[in-house]
Amino acid sequence: MEVAQISIFLENRSGGLADVADALARQGISIKAITLADMADFGILRLIVDDPDLTRAVLKEAGFTVDKTRVVAVEVPDRAGGLRDTLQALKRSEINVEYMYSAARRSGESAIIIFRFDEVARAIDVLRGAGLKVLDRFETM
Amino acid sequence: MNTWNDPTGGFHPASAPDYLPRKQLAELQLKRLRSIVERAYARVAFFRHRMEVRGLTPESITRLEDLGKLPFTVKADLRDTYPFGLFASPMEEIVRLHASSGTTGKPIVVAYTQADIEVWKQVMVRAFACYGLHRGDVIQNAYGYGLFTGGLGAHYGAEALGATVIPISGGNTERQLMVMQDFGATAICCTPSYFLHLVERGKEMKVDFSKMRVGVFGAEPWSEAMRQRIQEDTGIRGYDIYGLSEIIGPGIAAECTHQDGLHVFEDHFYPEIIDPDSGEVLPEGAEGELVLTTLSKQAMPMIRYRTRDVTTLASATCACGRTLRRIRRIERRSDDMFIIRGVNVFPSQVEAALLRLKGTLPHYHIVLTREHGLDNMEVQVEVTPEVFSDKIRALESLHAEIEHEIEQILGIRAEVTLVEPRTLARSEGKAKRVTDKRKI
Repeated sequence: MEVAQISIFLENRSGGLADVADALARQGISIKAITLADMADFGILRLIVDDPDLTRAVLKEAGFTVDKTRVVAVEVPDRAGGLRDTLQALKRSEINVEYMYSAARRSGESAIIIFRFDEVARAIDVLRGAGLKVLDRFETM
Repeated sequence: MNTWNDPTGGFHPASAPDYLPRKQLAELQLKRLRSIVERAYARVAFFRHRMEVRGLTPESITRLEDLGKLPFTVKADLRDTYPFGLFASPMEEIVRLHASSGTTGKPIVVAYTQADIEVWKQVMVRAFACYGLHRGDVIQNAYGYGLFTGGLGAHYGAEALGATVIPISGGNTERQLMVMQDFGATAICCTPSYFLHLVERGKEMKVDFSKMRVGVFGAEPWSEAMRQRIQEDTGIRGYDIYGLSEIIGPGIAAECTHQDGLHVFEDHFYPEIIDPDSGEVLPEGAEGELVLTTLSKQAMPMIRYRTRDVTTLASATCACGRTLRRIRRIERRSDDMFIIRGVNVFPSQVEAALLRLKGTLPHYHIVLTREHGLDNMEVQVEVTPEVFSDKIRALESLHAEIEHEIEQILGIRAEVTLVEPRTLARSEGKAKRVTDKRKI
């Protein structure tokens, strides 16, 4: 229904991102979606991975501040207007999107968009009501 | 008065001097002062010379107030006479040496005779009794064992108290937490910053803290706000212990359960408060630098030692019944202070600002820089899981709140930087709070 997102606090220093990638690679963790929000002196890295709990443990061990949040992964038709139709459905129901990004892989003929909502359950209902497919097991994709 | 076996009471036979009538205590102090000055004069060339140039002899001391005639001793004097220049006992009578970390250059060395070790043990017993600890308590001693006085000082005191000691020493957070839970520790001795670190990790590891009831915190300044935070977060009572290697180590003064200042064990350590600039002794209640004279130390008597710690001295009898005068908790050292853009700043003020924010644990570091003749203060605040969010908005508002609180308290703007946790830096014991990179 919802998928687990791992977010990591990164201060603005060279090599921080590489350290995260290295820690994950050593454990054979595969990244399914990734986005980096960068501010003047810090950044927040957000990841969807095949093993969120292991990822969290590994990064904590490496000294990072890590958080696990629930996000919604939606199959959005990979055509012009596909995203608009999805967002229109949310807009009609006045559901606010905190942030969103796309996954590295496609699902069949669709793109996968990751959404962060405050009202997760209602957002899922609305998306489903609009005929969209909400992924529940990103890990096995 | 409570008896020793009553778990609700803190009275231990060794605590008897804590309740002496003031007059009797003053007589004891004068007797001991005269004999310590005599000892220092007769046996330590440094002290004799210092007194001679002022035309003083041990006979010049006839009242406690005469102590003010004697010159101060400062840390540099211990460095200059390194290693054994201030010893008043031959090595055959000295049973132990300790040394300070010596953040700049040579360390300082301190010595103890068997009688000194006995006094040290007794004052530590009295300190633990102040906290309401007694036989049956399990005390996890996370102060470092070794040249540092903290570990062994607390160790022998806790044993003499009759408590069970876990001599775990500092560091290795995971093992500390495992032992704390599995051995059912009821008290812990460590620095307050390390305790915060333990709590933080303990929460993550879901450690059961329920048996722990007392924290004995010392070796670095900490604020009342930090105590409140620790007590609210963990349900344990956090008490301050005051000590200084140059005088004896931990056990010079301790808070009682009323948490209203630290009782100085002044039958062994005589306190004065002076103006750090003029050297003048200040009247009761005035804030100034604490100066201590050892009244019974054999191996290394210390006359009017300037501690650099800023506090006040109060003589009103405490609600606990102890007649010993109390120093206010030391939140800062006179040499801790830095001046930025003409404003005097103590790191404890930055800590107070951080503690106003919900969820932040005050792991911070201050970096001072100067660019084009302009001073800049950067406050690096560690982002812990408690305050971290995947939303930029939340972190930006945290950042703004910290800047706001610091400006509220200090009256100047600081540049706040959110940084990743640096677990290592604070497991080492004393937290280093300020780095001054200004080239002046």
